Amino acid sequence: MKAKQRLAILCGKMAGMASRLAGGGGTTLPGWVAQAIHPSLVSYLVSRIPQGVTLVTGTNGKTTTSRLLATILSDVHFIPIYNRAGSNLMRGIATALVSQAHLDGHFRQPNQIVGLFEVDEATLPRAIRETQPKVVVATNLFRDQLDRYGELDSLAQSWSQAFKELPQGATLVLNGDDPLLAHLGHRISIPIIYYGLETEGMGTLEHAADSIRCPTCGNDFQYSAIFYGHLGHYCCRVCGTARPLPQVRAFHLCRHGIQGYTMELGLPGGGMVVELGLPGLYNVYNAAAAAAAAAALGIPHHHIQNGLKKATAAFGRLETLSVQGRRICLILAKNPVGFNEALRIVDSDKEARHLLLVLNDRIADGRDVSWIWDVDFETLLPHGASIVVSGLRAEDMAIRLKYAVPEIGLPRVKKNLREALYSTLEATSLGDTIYIIPTYTAMLEVRAALVNMGYVSHPLMEEG
Amino acid sequence: MMGGLVILHLYPRLMNLYGDRGNVLCLVERCRRRGIASEVRAVEVGQRLDLTDVDILFMGGGQDKEQQLAAQDMEGEKGGLLRAAVEDGLAVLAICGGYQLLGHYYRPASRPEMKGVSVLDVTTLHKGSQTSRCIGNVVAQWEGKTLVGFENHGGLTYLGPEAKPLARVVIGYGNNGQDKGEGAQYLNAFGTYLHGSFLPKNPHFADHLLRLALERRYGHASLEPLDDDLEMTAHGAAVARARGDRRWTNRALSWLKG
Ligand SMILES: [Zn+2]
Repeated sequence: MKAKQRLAILCGKMAGMASRLAGGGGTTLPGWVAQAIHPSLVSYLVSRIPQGVTLVTGTNGKTTTSRLLATILSDVHFIPIYNRAGSNLMRGIATALVSQAHLDGHFRQPNQIVGLFEVDEATLPRAIRETQPKVVVATNLFRDQLDRYGELDSLAQSWSQAFKELPQGATLVLNGDDPLLAHLGHRISIPIIYYGLETEGMGTLEHAADSIRCPTCGNDFQYSAIFYGHLGHYCCRVCGTARPLPQVRAFHLCRHGIQGYTMELGLPGGGMVVELGLPGLYNVYNAAAAAAAAAALGIPHHHIQNGLKKATAAFGRLETLSVQGRRICLILAKNPVGFNEALRIVDSDKEARHLLLVLNDRIADGRDVSWIWDVDFETLLPHGASIVVSGLRAEDMAIRLKYAVPEIGLPRVKKNLREALYSTLEATSLGDTIYIIPTYTAMLEVRAALVNMGYVSHPLMEEG
Repeated sequence: MMGGLVILHLYPRLMNLYGDRGNVLCLVERCRRRGIASEVRAVEVGQRLDLTDVDILFMGGGQDKEQQLAAQDMEGEKGGLLRAAVEDGLAVLAICGGYQLLGHYYRPASRPEMKGVSVLDVTTLHKGSQTSRCIGNVVAQWEGKTLVGFENHGGLTYLGPEAKPLARVVIGYGNNGQDKGEGAQYLNAFGTYLHGSFLPKNPHFADHLLRLALERRYGHASLEPLDDDLEMTAHGAAVARARGDRRWTNRALSWLKG
């Protein structure tokens, strides 16, 4: 058994080296190899981390929430072991562990390391079984890539089952503004920290909103405020199901355009003013989620405050680059709710004139592009912007815009990403900002293209 | 200026899975571009359905739980009204879960059977949670033209003698993956598994629906052609994407067979 573990770690590390030599990122191969040799390797390695493991899952925001929490943990001089953005299946977690472990299965500085893994929604039950986490954070459940995940209800059901298998002493951190998640919380006996927003919301539900019916009795919820997708202050007039009062709450939000927010954060045992350098209401949720998780881990408040202040945008969620005297803002959008919020960020810049939308339909993007018809372009597309569309399904995006806002004229279709970038840049002048909204694989391509075209000298790697 | 059309969207909030509302946006916009007025009405569960001056009825897909609620709601007065209106030539387009409910019944894998309204002579079965869903890009032949879309369904639909397939599958699964049929039609009522949204990328079919509706209401229909270059480019791109999928699958299969 001992020899097998050693072999698994060794082969995993070698696979990682080989893959890096071959020019690959080596993001999941080591874990895949190591698990093939020793299927319960993850359980074994996490048992060597005395501070335990935190898992972060949900449709939107898992990467940003994980990175925010990592910054908070670093402020306490913890050393988080985390999987790379997007590598959020079991083999991604195994890879992170294998690359940090010694061959004998020990870690350097075992008392300072903590496990912090973002987990794919469908992988959560298995991740809970294999890592026996101390804290599980669930950010939200939106409809995302039905071709991959199936329907929301069955996903919620499998989570509910998995939460029952959480170890003694574990804490669940749930977004209480998401009725589907709060409903899961109602049925479990382990400690739960809810987080939520307390500010002015929008008046109407977005077309992308899904779980707007009461999960208890099936009647429509009444919303007194709606913030993002179906997240908000809801109650059921028929059976009385309502939003739980959050222990961690963000309020007194003051938005500074695309620069981010100043806000107050109420936590058990006190409050604080937080400077958050990330725009978009969804990042307020991510900050509240990270703060709640940190509170669950017993982290002192001033570290939470410092960590959130230091945080920078995670892996392209909102990344600003300087190209030939123009500013390029990259905002990832992989589903209708995220896309709506991306458009709101663009719209908060009154000078926004140049937009490049890149739609791909690879497996990691979701092969079905129907979701773009649920984006509220009709109300959220900035007026007077010049728009270029690109990607494998550029034409789909083009007709979506044609039917949304006929009077803006046809967008320029440049299927080739390089041409799209040239064409977008050509139309700008010095000092302009270009907003690029790509799907997941499109974002990777945009970064690679900017490097290949010589616009960005350093390779745009995710921060390590 | 031609007289208007009334489009009724049945269960827009309940059955709102994956962008099917694009079909309604498409019909409205294609009317607008031709100077035809249109009005969209929404009817949800528990609300009264009045089809007296409705020209086109649309219903999208939903999750099993939502579909169940819709099925229960249609078992009442709505089902009978819908059957009568279809016999009277009402133009109907139903996608995925909506299509299944136009049939006699849908038997899901682990939930009780849902009764349909029997507008279409079709039945839908789920072969159990162990069988994989029909997921992927679809190309089908319809009246010498192609239809494109994206299918994602667990239920398999089989046609009885009264219904005829809407189109013939070229790439994809279609109704059941066996008989090459995609969708079903009876008089002016159409069901299909194609998301996408379906109509924006199939403008010829959108106009077919509009023509049927105008003929029924006004006795004649003259639809002036629109500039559909962009729509047909998107249509072509979807065909190319589906062919790419198939090539990939074939290559994987031949690799597996050694
Ligand atoms: Zn209720």
